[in-house]
Amino acid sequence: MSMPFYVAPEQMMKDRADYARKGIARGRSLVAMAYEHGVFICAENPSATLHKVSEIYDRIAFAGVGKYNEFDQLRIAGVRHADLKGFTYSREDVEARSLANNYAQMLGQTFTHEMKPMEVEILVAEITDTPGEEQLFHILYDGTVMDERNIVVLGGDAEAIRERVASGFEAGMSAAAALELARGALAGDDRTLDDDDLEVAMLDRTKGRRTFVRIPDGELDGL
Amino acid sequence: MTLPQFGQGADPGPDFAALLRRQGNDPFPAPEAPQSPDTITHGTTCVAVRYIDGVVMAGDRRATAGNLISHRSIEKVFPADRHSAVAIAGAAGPAVEMVRLFQLQLEHYEKVEGSPLSLEGKANQLGQMLRSNLPAAMSGLAVVPIFAGYDLARETGRLFEYDITGGRYEESDYAATGSGSLHAETVIKVGYRRDMTADDAADLLAESLFQAADADAATGGADTLRGIYPIMVTINADGFTRLADADVADRFAEIAQRFSDNHREVTP
Repeated sequence: MSMPFYVAPEQMMKDRADYARKGIARGRSLVAMAYEHGVFICAENPSATLHKVSEIYDRIAFAGVGKYNEFDQLRIAGVRHADLKGFTYSREDVEARSLANNYAQMLGQTFTHEMKPMEVEILVAEITDTPGEEQLFHILYDGTVMDERNIVVLGGDAEAIRERVASGFEAGMSAAAALELARGALAGDDRTLDDDDLEVAMLDRTKGRRTFVRIPDGELDGL
Repeated sequence: MTLPQFGQGADPGPDFAALLRRQGNDPFPAPEAPQSPDTITHGTTCVAVRYIDGVVMAGDRRATAGNLISHRSIEKVFPADRHSAVAIAGAAGPAVEMVRLFQLQLEHYEKVEGSPLSLEGKANQLGQMLRSNLPAAMSGLAVVPIFAGYDLARETGRLFEYDITGGRYEESDYAATGSGSLHAETVIKVGYRRDMTADDAADLLAESLFQAADADAATGGADTLRGIYPIMVTINADGFTRLADADVADRFAEIAQRFSDNHREVTP
């Protein structure tokens, strides 16, 4: 009988974390920030059909970076969770906080018990009728949840992008200003991003019950 | 509630009713014994008609249980999504629940798949829900809806009628369901023109509900004492819009005045 090699738990966790971080850093980043009417989300995404940002429920949006099939699986589980909960109880009982905790559980479970951690970093955003009450839950590959204020950056090079967003951020910005800030922050100093390279969506509290709005590339000028 | 996860063979895809069943919640349970119609609340008359830019739909507000009026302000016309609506007649409890499930099914599909169902797909979905409800319908809990919407691909309004088995029948001009539908449909048939505007169509539907209420005890017309008026909606390329109560009240007041002028008893 062969004996498995002993690997220290610290080493095992570190290896898994490195693996997940590498996978996430390879992909392009995403910025979310509070704006005038809710939450503005802008991702660097050349595809017009494979979305990184999507609708979960009336006031809740989902965004993910990393491995597409993995965060898409999380997105669908989130839509199912929200719709089941809204149907069983009431629409107002569906909250981002509970969903974020569920995602954290699932990611944490996968991180510790499965061979391969999920190479994803996700955002669950929620708005209320009142400006300033936006909730942004940033969840990492290992199930760590962070409740952030005003700005969230997902993906590789997040620190630098976050600094660039924070330097230009103002409370109550218009959508157009938020777009330019996000575009500049994602691009950095030595390149530019066209409309075709971006995916833009918002939670807009002026839009009635379903607040999620996706802005097609061709309509970014009209913001 | 935890995140729902499924193995390869058990994944319900974008089907919300199947998701509910996987979670052990059958959305269409049949009652164990046949139900007497006198104890069940029934919704009555709904009508819909196509006009040049889309569809107008209307429904009265009365619900009855046997020979009694059980509710005076029940709503039977609902938005299904941005570009379609559903109107119901039959057992009110299962009907309203079916609409709730149908609305959610369309939204759930749109979110999971990233794009909405075609109008044809929505009409078929409703047919499948009715078929699931067949055992309940045979026990007295029948639901008979009308589905209407604006087909964005064909750029036209479309109407669908159903029977309790889930049979789906597309109508080219108008549709009616419920106890007063015979009278209402006759009024529409006589007054229908292909070139109607939304305003003409709304007047015609108001007239049809007025006549149905005049002849059918289970159909409620305009309740001027309480200020309760039938629900009227239009669906066109811009989406679903409900007419203001004041607008509907004006239409019914005009019809009532004309009717009274011509039908008031006179002593010879």
